[in-house]
Amino acid sequence: MAITFTVNGEERRVDVDPDTPLLWVLRDELRLTGTKFGCGIAQCGACTVHLDGTTRRSCVTPVSMVEGAEVTTIEGLQSPEARAVQDAWVGIDVPQCGYCHSGQVMSATALLEGNPSPSDQDIDEAMAGNICRCATYHRIRQAIHTAAKTLEG
Amino acid sequence: MTIHSNRRAFLKGTGAGLVIGVMLPAMAKAQQKSGAMAALATDEIVEGTFAPNAFVRVAPDDTVTVLIKHVEFGQGTYTGLSTLVAEEMDADWGQMRATSAPADVTLYANTAFGIQGTGGSTAMPNSYMQMRKAGAAARAMLVSAAADRFDVPAQEITVSNGVVSHEASGQSARFGELAEAASQIEPPVDPQVKDAKDFALVGTDVPKVDSRAKSDGTAQFTLDVYRDDMLTAMVVHPPKFGATLASHDATDALKIPGVVKVEAVSQGVAVYGENTFAALKGRAAIKAEWDESGAETRSTEQMMADWAEAAEGDGKEVTNKGDAKAALAEAATTHEVTLEFPFLAHTPMEPLDAVVEIRDDEAEIWMGCQMQTMDHGAFAKVLGMPQDKVTLNTMLAGGSFGRRATGDSHFAVEAAEVAKARGKGATKLLWTREDDIRGGYYRPLTVHKMKGGLDADGAITAWDHTIATQSIMAGTPFEMMMKDGLDPTAYEGAQELPYAVPNHRLGWAQMESPVSVLWWRSVGHTHTAYAVETFIDELLAKGGKDAVEGRLALMGEEQAREAAVLKRVADMAGWSGQKGFGLAVAKSFNSYVAEIAEVEDRDGEPHIVNVWCAVDCGVAVNPNVIRAQMEGGIGYGAGAALYDAITLGEGGSVQQANWDSYRMLRIGEMPNIEVSIIESEADPTGVGEPGTPPIAPAVANAWRTLTGERMATLPMVPIAQV
Repeated sequence: MAITFTVNGEERRVDVDPDTPLLWVLRDELRLTGTKFGCGIAQCGACTVHLDGTTRRSCVTPVSMVEGAEVTTIEGLQSPEARAVQDAWVGIDVPQCGYCHSGQVMSATALLEGNPSPSDQDIDEAMAGNICRCATYHRIRQAIHTAAKTLEG
Repeated sequence: MTIHSNRRAFLKGTGAGLVIGVMLPAMAKAQQKSGAMAALATDEIVEGTFAPNAFVRVAPDDTVTVLIKHVEFGQGTYTGLSTLVAEEMDADWGQMRATSAPADVTLYANTAFGIQGTGGSTAMPNSYMQMRKAGAAARAMLVSAAADRFDVPAQEITVSNGVVSHEASGQSARFGELAEAASQIEPPVDPQVKDAKDFALVGTDVPKVDSRAKSDGTAQFTLDVYRDDMLTAMVVHPPKFGATLASHDATDALKIPGVVKVEAVSQGVAVYGENTFAALKGRAAIKAEWDESGAETRSTEQMMADWAEAAEGDGKEVTNKGDAKAALAEAATTHEVTLEFPFLAHTPMEPLDAVVEIRDDEAEIWMGCQMQTMDHGAFAKVLGMPQDKVTLNTMLAGGSFGRRATGDSHFAVEAAEVAKARGKGATKLLWTREDDIRGGYYRPLTVHKMKGGLDADGAITAWDHTIATQSIMAGTPFEMMMKDGLDPTAYEGAQELPYAVPNHRLGWAQMESPVSVLWWRSVGHTHTAYAVETFIDELLAKGGKDAVEGRLALMGEEQAREAAVLKRVADMAGWSGQKGFGLAVAKSFNSYVAEIAEVEDRDGEPHIVNVWCAVDCGVAVNPNVIRAQMEGGIGYGAGAALYDAITLGEGGSVQQANWDSYRMLRIGEMPNIEVSIIESEADPTGVGEPGTPPIAPAVANAWRTLTGERMATLPMVPIAQV
């Protein structure tokens, strides 16, 4: 079945089983490999993308659901918030193994796009769905605060 | 995607020392000066690259690429080893690049193991002099080349930030400009390395080479390898440990669009899909029957009871100092504990995966490989090819924590069998999270039985200890490291106490089960540090002594480094024996770490608010990386101690399946952590694992002072009933 949606600003048409999780369409069909597989049941957040501007676990999102929608992946992040988040991540060397951080960056970017100065509690709530087995959590918290300050100007 | 197509050509000729004009891809020049950040290397290699040895490449574009013999899975080895090379070359950090070395035991063996592999927190210790010498050799050859070009004596030449200069004549050249000429210079036999006092990069927080690629989605893991006509395979694994495939029916699976093939392999039934979703659906449709005659059918409860019974005995003798039993009999006060530790899965973020491409008479593999020499041999054997026809590319790995270092190379064997059954072409074998959590290779289920004695003054006179646990090494190639039938990974950390106890006995009751077990970040210390450090805390409390002062009083000259980290961490935390504060100290992988945890009671469950950590790991090559490893080690250990157990239900099936039933530490549960590094000129020691052992006992000790309850069974928070 053909499904058309926008990925990172570009219209894409894929002909796949409509139940296919968006994650595997992005990866296997579109070769956007920044979005990762971690659990397949929306527990870890490694597959986080933005769907019409809000975070979405692509591993449990059938591609049929995104017909006509706008999907942004780590490869397509462009907002000032995204840039600030990524620079803050690099600035204090947040990643260790790095595998979860596409998802972490997607969640952190969405947080700052909706809340320019999050508290620790806001951060903990917004990032609760993203597991990091290297436990880089307190650098994540610190980097989000740094990004928020950068955006304040 | 052919991301590594040039790497093989690049690396093939590099064995023999000086090399090598490899063909020049046009893109290479575009890579140069791509910013002042050290970074992951691209794969393009240009003509005229200077290759002084197996580890260093200087390209005409002025980039210096370091070939890293260890897998990078978050511990920072790409950055750490590149720092050593940059230091000795007097390179500019911005010109440094890191990439993975090929699998080749003749060039890239871990000097601590004799084979190529990563583990035991040895990456920095075993590479420290090797990488410095590699950098120093490169520098000496560049200086020689410059001396020839400038027509001046070599000893008048200086090097700084990647520029080779002769001050008197005003001549200078960048590394890249000298690369071709340096290739003609004979490598020095024993290159001179710097005095530690002259270090410019070592000891500083140079930015990590891989942070950018790991923040923008471009870092390439095994999962990200796609080859033309690649199939994705998944395997139906046995439902119990030790069960084998009896029969299967693939009829329904083969009706699913995109499922192209089903094959029985030794590990179960392999299902091949044109894409991942087809493989997933196909696997779910397989009907399989299993032979469970050799399977583990005991539940965790039954195993715990068997282990506890064995721990009542003395086990095989490990330590026997004085006469612990006699001293116990004479003690004024005695104290006994039984501690229970569950199986634990490692669950790295990236599940196990590999891509195997079989061509006419050769094969190429991409895998986040931790034991290259063993896995390489396993691939070659199963594929029936000589090892030199099998190229193994070590990819960035999405965590491991020990999981990717298996003595039996079971995953390499499975990937090779699955690929071979498919035949020519590329096959990606992907384990799902369920395969990972139910797949064994766990931290062993363990029971400790401890008896302590105090005299009338509260001094500790007796320490009698038996550990019941499976052997990790027995039955694997690592068995050669066992002596007298003793597997040190079963009891390391409990064999010698850092405390002066006159009568000390330790025994190991070796338990058997078809459940496969493996090292899990810090190995035996995951349970021995808990046992030793909670028991000493309780004995000191019984004797009316402070946890810090009491420990220090029992430490002698040989424990100077333990004492130093203990004093440092007590200062950091403002220790006064406060309720809700607990401490632990442990030496592991030749490093010394003390931690104090501040714990709150939240609805009957411990919540860790703050952790202070002092570490002595010798020379701190990159303090930022060391702090990160302590933070990560603490988070990893805390999460498991608080929440995790793999349990077998009635009949022996694993009761957890995914991260909904195997609970992970999340951001709101992560404590604030402050790390202090002891200044040292000793050779560097491990940092990947030593942060983990002290955290669980520190939390348990804190909880005991807060609530009076001893946490004798882990995890601390009861797991959800499945």
